[in-house]
Amino acid sequence: MVSGSVFFQRESAMPQPSISKTMTTGESGLAFIFAVTAFLCLIASAKALDAPFAFHAALSAAASLAAVFFIVNRYYDRPAALPPQEINGRPNYNLGPIKFSAFMAMFWGIAGFTVGLIIASQLAWPALNFDLPWIQFGRLRPLHTSAVIFAFGGNVLIGTSFYVVQKSCRARLAGDLAPWFVVLGYNYFILIAGTGYLLGVTQSKEYAEPEWYADLWLTIVWVSYLLVFLGTILKRKEPHIFVANWFYLAFIVTIAVLHLGNNPALPVSVFGSKSYIVWGGIQDAMFQWWYGHNAVGFFLTAGFLAIMYYFIPKRAERPVYSYRLSIIHFWALIFLYIWAGPHHLHYTALPDWTQTLGMTFSIMLWMPSWGGMINGLMTLSGAWDKLRTDPVLRMLVVSVAFYGMSTFEGPMMSIKVVNSLSHYTDWTIGHVHSGALGWVGFVSFGALYCLVPWIWNRKGLYSLKLVNWHFWIATLGIVLYISAMWVSGILQGLMWRAYTSLGFLEYSFIETVEAMHPFYIIRAAGGALFLIGALIMAYNLWMTVRVGEQEVQMPVALQPAE
Amino acid sequence: MKAILTLDNLASGLVTTIWTPVFVAIFLAIIAYAFWPRNKAAFDDAASLPLREE
Repeated sequence: MVSGSVFFQRESAMPQPSISKTMTTGESGLAFIFAVTAFLCLIASAKALDAPFAFHAALSAAASLAAVFFIVNRYYDRPAALPPQEINGRPNYNLGPIKFSAFMAMFWGIAGFTVGLIIASQLAWPALNFDLPWIQFGRLRPLHTSAVIFAFGGNVLIGTSFYVVQKSCRARLAGDLAPWFVVLGYNYFILIAGTGYLLGVTQSKEYAEPEWYADLWLTIVWVSYLLVFLGTILKRKEPHIFVANWFYLAFIVTIAVLHLGNNPALPVSVFGSKSYIVWGGIQDAMFQWWYGHNAVGFFLTAGFLAIMYYFIPKRAERPVYSYRLSIIHFWALIFLYIWAGPHHLHYTALPDWTQTLGMTFSIMLWMPSWGGMINGLMTLSGAWDKLRTDPVLRMLVVSVAFYGMSTFEGPMMSIKVVNSLSHYTDWTIGHVHSGALGWVGFVSFGALYCLVPWIWNRKGLYSLKLVNWHFWIATLGIVLYISAMWVSGILQGLMWRAYTSLGFLEYSFIETVEAMHPFYIIRAAGGALFLIGALIMAYNLWMTVRVGEQEVQMPVALQPAE
Repeated sequence: MKAILTLDNLASGLVTTIWTPVFVAIFLAIIAYAFWPRNKAAFDDAASLPLREE
């Protein structure tokens, strides 16, 4: 794992009462389960039917042994008593797992943006796949989407949710080993999923590519995540449950339901990676896009709206503009989003009424989307001047503007006649990236720029100037990316539907590909700029942790350096 | 083809129809809760919750 001292703080400053030191049930139980798992994985590895499964089983055996070592070693290192819930009447916040998530978010972010740049370049210059199976577009594309959505975004969400729920509940995170199990287990899932794609292991469902064994592992990790989050809310000292926690909870619960609904698969053998989904035909397609669109709605929207509702007020030092609106925003989003999936299946075998239903609900989504955007932006009332001086706040606010823009574009594209032009073209890719780079990317960057100084107890960031550079370089990258894809996508769509006077298709497929070539180069350039921005950010955060001005030493309870 | 009225049909018909008014009613109740004048002070207080934590 990563160098331990960065993440683990010794919590032994308090004089310890002399009690005999024993392992908790969690420690001994989990160590035992992992020891058994290591043994079972070793057997599975020996009996494996295919090479990737053998590799994953062996890796899991090694990881399970490492987990046993980690648990036992941690037990010997810790004082007899577990960390107290409160120190001097103040909550003793658990920041270790958050630090780990923040580190991994940055790591996976750079990995995911890099793979994105590689596949964008492959589309412009196909020779770049070097005829190697492992780096074909078809394998790298899910690696890119999973790395940016689930690895980067997921770590941002888990890290910030663990921070926000503790702070807004004024309670220490529930569980002792459980938060570590969640962050380490989640990142192990990413590792299995990602290496699987490169080796050709996939169940070929978009955004749900991991095979059955990775899915089972994620289920265990996700339920633990839910329990840690709920456990913290249950022991809160603050009577009111802040709106950000509602959004986080909706994200966690819905992702659990979606994951279970879309992934019931029967493995061909318990010793092989291949499985078959139990749903068939159009039901499978509908389940897939019910999952797929709600991954957008609850992973990429609800979770990051939680970030908006906590980090923007905090950074702007202004209360949430309208708390009433936030309640209506939340419930409108919950009631509407879940029905929007069919718009991914316009003009397919899906019954027409279902397509129209999906379209109608997608259009109604304008209401909560813009309600949320207005609430986020108006939170700056009385603090607009800070946009001039604080590039972090600017990043957060621009992310909300991108949210408004892409959630205007999305419902528009779900209208059947618009979709008949846009579907299967690069317009979709442009739309997704205005949401992913502009909204999810920028709100995550803004949150990490806030979070890192807070959890490492630094006065502020190493350099605001570098944040400014990051902001402008990345913004330029996004503009290049989405404008190139708009032009390319609409061009592509129009060329596909162009007929000659004799009723023949005017263009062959390869002619459309040729026409898109310049825009693919512009898109790759935009992606490169976005990656450069992220590298600047990684350097800035690293320096913040390493040399950033340290605040007056506070021995135990940490508090934000703001 | 005429649908035969059985207990099963009736039950499934009710279940598939009734959720629309039920969800609409729940949503209207939520709006009423959000705008209830007596809740205003509590919501105004909650709006600045992130600003006053330790």
